[in-house]
Amino acid sequence: MEDREKSTAGSSGHAVTSPRRPQTGSGRVSPVSVSNQTPEVRITDLCLSYGDTPALKHISMDIPRGQVTAFIGPSGCGKSTLLRCLNRLNDLIDGCTTSGNITMGGLEILDPTLDVTALRKRVGMVFQKPNPFPKSIYENVAYGPRVLGIKNRVRLDELVESSLKAAALWDEVKDRLHESALALSGGQHQRVCIARTIAVEPEVVLMDEPCSALDPIATAKIEELIHELKEQYTIVIVTHNMQQAARVSDYTAFLYLGELIEFGKTEKVFTAPEKQATEDYITGRFG
Amino acid sequence: MLKRLLYSGDPFIWLTGGALAFSLLMIAALIWIVAANALGFFWPDQLRAVNLQDGQKLLGVVRATEAIPQQDGSDAPAQYRTQFQVANRDLYGSDFRWVDDHFMTAHVFPEEVVYLERYEWGPFFGFLTTVRQDGLVLTEGFAQAWPKFQELHTRTQATLDKIHSIEKKDIGRINYELERLRIALKSTQRKETDPVRAAKKITALELEIASWQQTYETMAQELTALYKENARYHIVVQDINGKQKELAIAGIVRAFLPNTMSGLERFSLYVTRFWEFFWEAPREANTEGGIFPAIFGTVLMVIIMSIVVVPFGVVAALYLHEYAKQGPLVRAVRIAVNNLAGVPAIVFGIFGLGFFVYGVGGTLDQLFYQDVLPTPTYGTGGILWASLTLALLTVPVVIVATEEALSSIPREWREGSLALGATKWETLQKIVIPGALPGILTGTILAMARGAGEVAPLMITGVVKLAPTLPIDGHFPFFHLERKFMHLGFHIYDVGFQSPNVEAAKPMVFMTTLFLIVIVIALNLVAISLRNRLRSRLRFGVF
Repeated sequence: MEDREKSTAGSSGHAVTSPRRPQTGSGRVSPVSVSNQTPEVRITDLCLSYGDTPALKHISMDIPRGQVTAFIGPSGCGKSTLLRCLNRLNDLIDGCTTSGNITMGGLEILDPTLDVTALRKRVGMVFQKPNPFPKSIYENVAYGPRVLGIKNRVRLDELVESSLKAAALWDEVKDRLHESALALSGGQHQRVCIARTIAVEPEVVLMDEPCSALDPIATAKIEELIHELKEQYTIVIVTHNMQQAARVSDYTAFLYLGELIEFGKTEKVFTAPEKQATEDYITGRFG
Repeated sequence: MLKRLLYSGDPFIWLTGGALAFSLLMIAALIWIVAANALGFFWPDQLRAVNLQDGQKLLGVVRATEAIPQQDGSDAPAQYRTQFQVANRDLYGSDFRWVDDHFMTAHVFPEEVVYLERYEWGPFFGFLTTVRQDGLVLTEGFAQAWPKFQELHTRTQATLDKIHSIEKKDIGRINYELERLRIALKSTQRKETDPVRAAKKITALELEIASWQQTYETMAQELTALYKENARYHIVVQDINGKQKELAIAGIVRAFLPNTMSGLERFSLYVTRFWEFFWEAPREANTEGGIFPAIFGTVLMVIIMSIVVVPFGVVAALYLHEYAKQGPLVRAVRIAVNNLAGVPAIVFGIFGLGFFVYGVGGTLDQLFYQDVLPTPTYGTGGILWASLTLALLTVPVVIVATEEALSSIPREWREGSLALGATKWETLQKIVIPGALPGILTGTILAMARGAGEVAPLMITGVVKLAPTLPIDGHFPFFHLERKFMHLGFHIYDVGFQSPNVEAAKPMVFMTTLFLIVIVIALNLVAISLRNRLRSRLRFGVF
């Protein structure tokens, strides 16, 4: 694992407010730091637009380390876009421009000269649609380590086993590691993807609606897994499912129309939201 | 009612089904016509002896029957006439004869009739009377002459094999060495500046040449002796009307008694002839013998073309689809590539002649084969240039198919790989290209099918009527890609339209066509099975 030393001084969650940010309108956020823990990722005044269409507006927040942070909000509010900023996957989209800062342990994520492959090895991602590669289960999980340059067979075997165990899949597949991953069920697919992601030992795991394509039983398994994984990883999850956010996350951020409306401890956001818009959304009045 | 029928969509289903059925029917008809015309060619038919009204007789095989066109337009009952293959081209001047049906009186199948396949003049239908040795009668009468003939035929064939072996292997080797020495001599004269050393080298080379020529003399004497031996044996045959003809036994490929053969013998002869057709070189201006050089040339050309076109097209498509910034320029390039597929093939042929043959080939000759000049080595049509021209012709097919395959790779796979920290190249190499391989192979199949059937551009870039040597042989460097070659497509054209004996060559045309179809299908099947294997691996296993 890479150097995760971070300054602990002044980590008491001070608000980072941008002077440029207009202070008018409802739903303005002032607290961006919600815990007393060390922030894993600090987002400062992030703006993003696709061509001329703004998708994210002046977002500032601290994502706490070792916790599960959920992004909720109606479709098109920018939660997936925000998630993809954290591993620069938005780079793939033509005409996508960003401003502001995202730092992770001293690393400027939005720095254009940054080696994105190195970043992506520290920030893993699980996608909405399970996307195992058309390879064997073993090769799927070993893909990341191989990319990292690990060739030692014993080491790879260990990594595959530990990752599959961490993804709660080992017992189901240990006898058919060299069969196609595509032959598994949907829920198993997603767990292969999770195992694949944690096989490179990232610091942050991003999950983009990981359960939206799964049935309730598979969903329950994944949620259970998230609980276990947060011991080791900082998890950021995007979800449409309010109950899921309430169940799995420690912190919740509500985004609406590209703006961060409210960010706080999950129980607080769900039981006593500060903003009317949050309450309306959570109680199902729109969205 | 009609409105409701139209609304239901059923007529359109019938229309689409009908169109498909029609297409299938056309394909079936095509194969049926070709096969029906081709496959009977080697069957040993019985020879029919027919009495004619004028007292003459005729011996032959019925090939066709047709109604005689009525001259005056009256509606009298139709008269028919029959086409006989009478062979004996050297006696009659033509292989075929039409006879009006009412002109024939009776017919029999005489038992003693012999069918002689000859190296020259086509087959002979008639009767064996005498076997001669050194001009003297050895045996007379069919009963004695036939076994004697068979014995001598076996012997002369063995001698002939020996002759061929000497001509092809030994003298071929001598010619090859002599040519090599001649070029070395020329090169020494041109390049060596020191007169003393030059003289020394030249003397050494000339000595070597003399020694090879000595070997040649010995070989030539041996050959003459063998030819003389074979020239000792003759047979006298006569046709149905008693016209006699003396034939050298060595000039006969095969003799059999078509009217007394059993079904099994016929079938075994059929298979033998089929086998020969596949493996032998053509004779008699391509109208007889086999088509092996053409098969070999076609397959080799398609393989060379595929080896060139697939990597080239795939790499071009990769850049176009993965790396080039999508915009008007790339769109224009894509349209241009697609349109390239619509350019007439002969245009590519002319380009190949101008660019590959004269341009690249001419330059290569200037640079590396100066000693042979003015005889061109690469500066003339050859299998390499023909293959490259075809590769150019088929590259749009591969590019389009590859691009299609690349865009069918799910975005999730790419993102998944990138999110694991793989670079774009790693993603392409490990995820995208393996996933696109079946699609790429589909493009290859299409390109091969197109390339194997193309004739026009080949005619000006290296195909010939008769190539004396194959492009691959035992002489270093084994692959002689500068050589001209034969091609089934061109062979069909040549036999069908350029042959001196079109009527006799007709079944050859169909046979060759059948083989071209079979070879295209075989090449495709290989590629398809490869693709299916890849596909199933992609779906269920590991790659």
